[in-house]
Amino acid sequence: MGVEYLTAGLEQAVSLLLSFDPYVMSVTKVQILVSLTAVALAAMTAVPLAVLLVFKDFPGKRMLLGFINAGMGLPPVVVGLVVFIFFYRLGPLGFMEILYTKKAMILAQYLLATPIILGVSIAVIKGVPESIKELAFTLGGTRRDVAVAVLREARYGIVTAILGGAGRVFAEVGAILTVGGNIAYALETPQGIVQISKTRTLSTAIPIETSQGDVTAAISFGLILLGITLSLNLAVSYLQGRVEKERDQ
Amino acid sequence: MKFMYVGIMLIVLLAGCIGQTQEKTQSEPVKEPARLVLATTTSTYNSGLLDVLNPVFQDKYNAIVEVHSLGTGKAIKMAKDGEADLLLVHARSKEDAFLEEGYGVNRRDVMFNDFIIIGPKSDPAGIKGSSSAAEAFKKIAESNSVFFSRGDNSGTHTKEKEIWKLAGIEPKGEWYQATGQGMGNTLTIANEKQGYTITDRGTYLAYMGKIALEVLVEGPVKGGDKLLSNPYAVIAVNPGKYPDRNYQLAMAYIGFITSPEGQKLIGDYKKLGEQLFYPSAIKDRENYDQYLPITIKGGYGGR
Repeated sequence: MGVEYLTAGLEQAVSLLLSFDPYVMSVTKVQILVSLTAVALAAMTAVPLAVLLVFKDFPGKRMLLGFINAGMGLPPVVVGLVVFIFFYRLGPLGFMEILYTKKAMILAQYLLATPIILGVSIAVIKGVPESIKELAFTLGGTRRDVAVAVLREARYGIVTAILGGAGRVFAEVGAILTVGGNIAYALETPQGIVQISKTRTLSTAIPIETSQGDVTAAISFGLILLGITLSLNLAVSYLQGRVEKERDQ
Repeated sequence: MKFMYVGIMLIVLLAGCIGQTQEKTQSEPVKEPARLVLATTTSTYNSGLLDVLNPVFQDKYNAIVEVHSLGTGKAIKMAKDGEADLLLVHARSKEDAFLEEGYGVNRRDVMFNDFIIIGPKSDPAGIKGSSSAAEAFKKIAESNSVFFSRGDNSGTHTKEKEIWKLAGIEPKGEWYQATGQGMGNTLTIANEKQGYTITDRGTYLAYMGKIALEVLVEGPVKGGDKLLSNPYAVIAVNPGKYPDRNYQLAMAYIGFITSPEGQKLIGDYKKLGEQLFYPSAIKDRENYDQYLPITIKGGYGGR
């Protein structure tokens, strides 16, 4: 018992990973598919919006920026609850029938990632030296050219913003559990009948497998998730190093 | 200066208060209540039954009952790990294994209610009014109608697997979906997706106003399939395995919950005017089955 229990669990978890267990693989696949799609969509909306918000002035802009900053700290469970309320059977958008599907999960994570990418991008774009904008103008550039020049200057910062959004969605449980439902099918495969994830992700499966005493699966999920979030964070710190280096030059 | 003065006054006053309470506890020592750890299923806890039983027990024995409400599988695991004093669960096969492995002693029947099969009003599998749970499950599988399983080794999940086995079906396919979650969450998901599921009647009653699923196959409480009966038992953790657990208090709890007083509290407990649990501890004949695993050869016959 004790330490042996821990090492045995770890060993079994690793062998589960190395054997490409279909259940573990399917759960990982759903996690990556949902979270990456959410982040990609969030980046596609947030980055152009950030450029617009920095360069365009309009009434209520300060308030909007305030909301975006507040949105960076949205509690995932509340986002899950909001999506649930809108899309449950008797809710205003219930007819779309997306609750407990990957679509609802992507939507919830999109709502979580967008304010982060937007907020960080705005800060980064604002930090681009005035001289670069002026240079682009004086070279006869259109507004579009200026925006492109600024984006090029801020590219590492923007990637950092996107990675930050990814870090957030890969780590959260509250929203995707509420709107995804942690559902798995039992399907016939060459290895017999196995569970295959429909809306079960690494982050939702970990607490649930643990509460059922299936620590082996939980540990292997934990290892994968740890790998993903660690590489995201390593990428962020690498890029931050690049940014500082460029600034020093 | 003025603030500082007020502050000092406050501190002095507070210190006085603390001193006084300390004096009081020293002069007339109150016996620390004993702690009883009860591992149980979500259904007994969510139904509110334990909120009626436990305060009475606590007053009688100067004890505090710490309830861990989990699925039956996890509750039994907790007791096996020596983290609980007693179990109140509902999965006979798992209870028997627990007894046979030497972890539990003095199993007693406590009460029963039943499981029901519920589903959408449209009833695509056509199981409404079926008198056989296995027959109903067969129709659900054959019509590939969406069925939500707890998939969490709980008492309800154990019963569900028993019925599939009896129906001769190994459930598989996209229609058979496991939530891995408790009864309440599973009911919510089944309702949203308008699928079939099996539930204990207590949790269904608690959710009745909130979900639009109908009872399609009745359990024995309403004269339905006896296979759907849902008996609860209480088992003390074997002091031979875990001498540090509070065995005496666990036995006191077993005595209380199976006494005429405890049984009356159970029988009188109602929700929305419906009785949730039927007491079963007191019989005017022998009931040896309750003590022994039914897997032991040459069992003691019917009850």
